[in-house]
Amino acid sequence: MEGQLAHIGAGLAAIGSGAAAIGVGNVAGNYLAGALRNPSAAASQTATLFIGIAFAEALGIFSFLVALLLMFAV
Amino acid sequence: MATEAHGAEEGGLVFHPMDQFIIKPLFGDGPIGLFTITNATLWMALAVVAVILLMVWGSARRAVVPSRKQSIAELAYGFIYKMVEDVAGKDALVFFPYVMTLFMFIVMANFLGLLPMSFTTTSHFAVTVVLALLVFLTVTIVGFIKNGTAFLGLFWVSSAPLALRPVLAIIELISYFVRPVSHSIRLAGNVMAGHAVIKVFAGFAAIAVVSPLSVVAITAMYGLEVLVAFIQAYVFTILTCVYLKDALHPGH
Amino acid sequence: MATDTHDAAGQAADAAHGAAHGADAAASAPGMPQLDFSTWGNQIFWLMVTLVVIYFVLSRIALPRIGAVLAERQGTITNDIAAAEELKAKALEAEAAYDQALADARVEANRIATETRAEIQADLDKAIAEADAKIAAKTAEGEKAIAEIRANAMASVKDVANDTAAAVVAALGGKADAKAIEASVTARVKG
Repeated sequence: MEGQLAHIGAGLAAIGSGAAAIGVGNVAGNYLAGALRNPSAAASQTATLFIGIAFAEALGIFSFLVALLLMFAV
Repeated sequence: MATEAHGAEEGGLVFHPMDQFIIKPLFGDGPIGLFTITNATLWMALAVVAVILLMVWGSARRAVVPSRKQSIAELAYGFIYKMVEDVAGKDALVFFPYVMTLFMFIVMANFLGLLPMSFTTTSHFAVTVVLALLVFLTVTIVGFIKNGTAFLGLFWVSSAPLALRPVLAIIELISYFVRPVSHSIRLAGNVMAGHAVIKVFAGFAAIAVVSPLSVVAITAMYGLEVLVAFIQAYVFTILTCVYLKDALHPGH
Repeated sequence: MATDTHDAAGQAADAAHGAAHGADAAASAPGMPQLDFSTWGNQIFWLMVTLVVIYFVLSRIALPRIGAVLAERQGTITNDIAAAEELKAKALEAEAAYDQALADARVEANRIATETRAEIQADLDKAIAEADAKIAAKTAEGEKAIAEIRANAMASVKDVANDTAAAVVAALGGKADAKAIEASVTARVKG
């Protein structure tokens, strides 16, 4: 019973991955919109883009980690 | 748990997505001590060999007009050099070999881990936590050596209203100490997740009807993983540079 | 056949052993191999070895070498560009010299042409003047001859007229005064 609850919790935690996906999409989409408006400034901002994506993704990775912990470690 | 995961004899779909990460001794069956040669050791050594092949053997001819492998070595050199210079500033070039070491190890371990039947060293928290802690300690120590107590200004946002500053200081402090956690778990989590997903798709291939779809999905995931392998190494490196910039120029 | 069955049996035994070992490992560790802290020391040790090796290989051998190669290439490129600039400057210089020579030649040619034209003009003028002088002389001569002829003819006419007038007067029976006849003839001839 407890293990099954842990699995349910893992599934709920995995929703966080979807939220992170929204965040990453937001970052990339806004970058693209900006890049199309001012293509000459786009190349200098790719590093910022990746940093932004990394920060957004990190939180999704946390929820993924929580899911894994619930699945395997609890 | 173990009996569930290894109930192959009971038939039906069986997934062992995490079995690929098990660390085994390479010779014999004994317990894993501090110096035991394990599969992780083997693949770390292969990463070293790959780095040496690319960076030393590739540039051995010192040609002014580079060969193909020398171009790759120069590309890697220029890529990281420019990143350190642009993101962290000119005075951070002292750390260029250090950043280069991190990048080359991670990128080589990631790519080697994509070979079938291989072991991915960077999927283990033990590895990435050490890498991230090294960066964290370097940044903290260098920050205090270079700036003294002025380094604490990193947490005291002087551009914010005075009333908000203590709150911001707490947030900044927390985010500072979360850095190594996110830094390490991002890398291991991405690599592990990708490999596990491939394994799950491979598990579906046991059903004859779904297997073509499964193979297509594995191929697509593999392509994505090649991208992720590089991007995660890039992200790890560029975040290292960002943290180094904080240590060298804490005034934002 | 016997060996086949033996092999099969061996494989089965191996598989059973492997399964048992896997089960053992899984039982001794949590489900995630990453969280099996008994392997952390081992991994961290070998990771440090790996990083130190890579660091020394890169910082002692690879990076200085590649940096030197890149610097050398940069130098070569800079030199080549400088050489190209120099050649370009030389080419421009040569073009300027060529243009200068061309302009000089054109000026010289103009000068020679003008001189020649002036010379020819002078010769021509001289020749024309000579010819004019000759023509004037000839004309004067001719006019003189004509005047002479005319004077002669006039004198002849006067004589003939005098004679004729005297004859006519004589024939008419008069006795003419020679002077009066001459005066009247002169008056009539003039008129």
